[in-house]
Amino acid sequence: MAGAALPGRLNWLIAKASQTIDETDRVRTIVLDAPGWPGHLPGQHIDIRLTAEDGYQAQRSYSISAPADGEQVVITVELVDNGEISPFLIEDLRIGDQIEIRGPIGGYFVWDPSRGGPLQLIGGGSGVAPLMAMLRERVRTGSDVPVRYLSSARSFNDLIYRLELESISAETEEVEVLHTLTRIQPQNWTGLTGRVNRTVLAKHVWPAFTRPLCYVCGPTGFVETVASTLVALGHQPGRIKTERFGPTN
Amino acid sequence: MDNLRHVDGNALAGVFHDVFGREMTRVCSCCAHCGATNQLGAAWVYRAAGDVVRCPNCGTIVMVIVENAAGLHVSFEAIRWLQISASPEVE
Amino acid sequence: MTFITRGFRGRREADVPEGRVPPGQYVTSDFPVLSAGPTPRIPIEQWRLTISDPLRSERSWNWTEFTGLPAETVTVDIHCVTKWSKLDTIWEGVSLDTLLDDVTDRANRHVLFHSYGGYTTNLPIEDVTGGKAWIAYSYDGRPLDPEHGGPARLLVPHLYFWKSAKWVNGMTLSDSDRPGFWESYGYHNYGDPWREQRYQGD
Repeated sequence: MAGAALPGRLNWLIAKASQTIDETDRVRTIVLDAPGWPGHLPGQHIDIRLTAEDGYQAQRSYSISAPADGEQVVITVELVDNGEISPFLIEDLRIGDQIEIRGPIGGYFVWDPSRGGPLQLIGGGSGVAPLMAMLRERVRTGSDVPVRYLSSARSFNDLIYRLELESISAETEEVEVLHTLTRIQPQNWTGLTGRVNRTVLAKHVWPAFTRPLCYVCGPTGFVETVASTLVALGHQPGRIKTERFGPTN
Repeated sequence: MDNLRHVDGNALAGVFHDVFGREMTRVCSCCAHCGATNQLGAAWVYRAAGDVVRCPNCGTIVMVIVENAAGLHVSFEAIRWLQISASPEVE
Repeated sequence: MTFITRGFRGRREADVPEGRVPPGQYVTSDFPVLSAGPTPRIPIEQWRLTISDPLRSERSWNWTEFTGLPAETVTVDIHCVTKWSKLDTIWEGVSLDTLLDDVTDRANRHVLFHSYGGYTTNLPIEDVTGGKAWIAYSYDGRPLDPEHGGPARLLVPHLYFWKSAKWVNGMTLSDSDRPGFWESYGYHNYGDPWREQRYQGD
């Protein structure tokens, strides 16, 4: 996998949608078959470029949500109201459709088992996508790196990968999964409630003295709050990697 | 919260690849203004009419990348040096 | 050879009035925020607008003085060089004609606008006078949001919107034309959307 992160050229490839999975009513996972795909490391992303018949073009980045598997590239896309590309991917894209992608991109926000741990993954909304690639890789390789995965979603129905995460945490040693629901919780909810704040982080994240590798991904405000609080709790900035989604222009 | 409008340098990984011809987000860069060294993936990036790359330590503009009809117009403002590893996997 | 994506249109507005949209632009109902740096937060009691001109003494207004000047409400179309256009936007502000009323010798004079946060942009004086430009403090009937340039921004709708400097705090008049922020990073020195003057060399 050594060369996977660093292709010589970043060419556009034509990828075909082979499967779609509706994770929530606003989030869809799309499995793409990309002939020529060189492989990727967990955490990397792709650029997608869409071109209309009149030449109008839009380009956006999407995190790859599953580890490398031949020429398959899996992304998890959240619907952005009035977005340029996500409405097309979620509402219009059909199995068999082809789109242009390039990648893999981004060596900075990458984790693989050789980097060690303990591993702390913190995702807001669809920010869990690249973190899921990391967690799936951890499980697939049978690595013994201990992992804590903390996700934040508005409601129970907005939790992405919930069932898979349940079975991973039930069946895998040293992987703990925690969710917090910020807006509304079901009656029998046993997880956390409210936003990820200092109290939540102090209690549930690997303590700073264990020197975890922390990956934080999601909306910009979420990432800003979590990352600065981790530093305030004593975590080394160099061991915190962030991926802010930013506003969509 | 003033800084709710920037993304991380990692978001520019594709653009950096177009400019430099290789993966750049793990390359260490020294800010010519404050001397801090950080990986380019950790830079603060403001995506506006062009991509404005700022030092995550002092906020100074280090690089501006504008995509024009002919390609990319890259301005270097405050990069004192880049350490580009001979063996990229090791970065 | 561009690969066309079946069924993709993007979020452009479909019905666009004839002749309102410059070449290469798409109409949006959003108001995208594009900033080169963090949003400056200026306590209103510290806000100043200053006009510097080597040919006369400096003029300066604080917020109370500035908002006490005669103001206009205008409805204009705006065009961003990143290809979105927004039609019929409503602003309230002070015309540059009011602020520059004592500048009678205008031959070959240029104005460099400055903003809190360090942004600059340059314009010929004839492009900010004659009813073409305002310092606006209200958008769509409400005080201008900091993300959109509040407390006050320059508004020059006949040129690409990067010329409408957010967080404006002053202007310097000069006989020489010095490129501002985007002009020095590869954008066109003048920026007429109707001649599609986006980049240096266009």
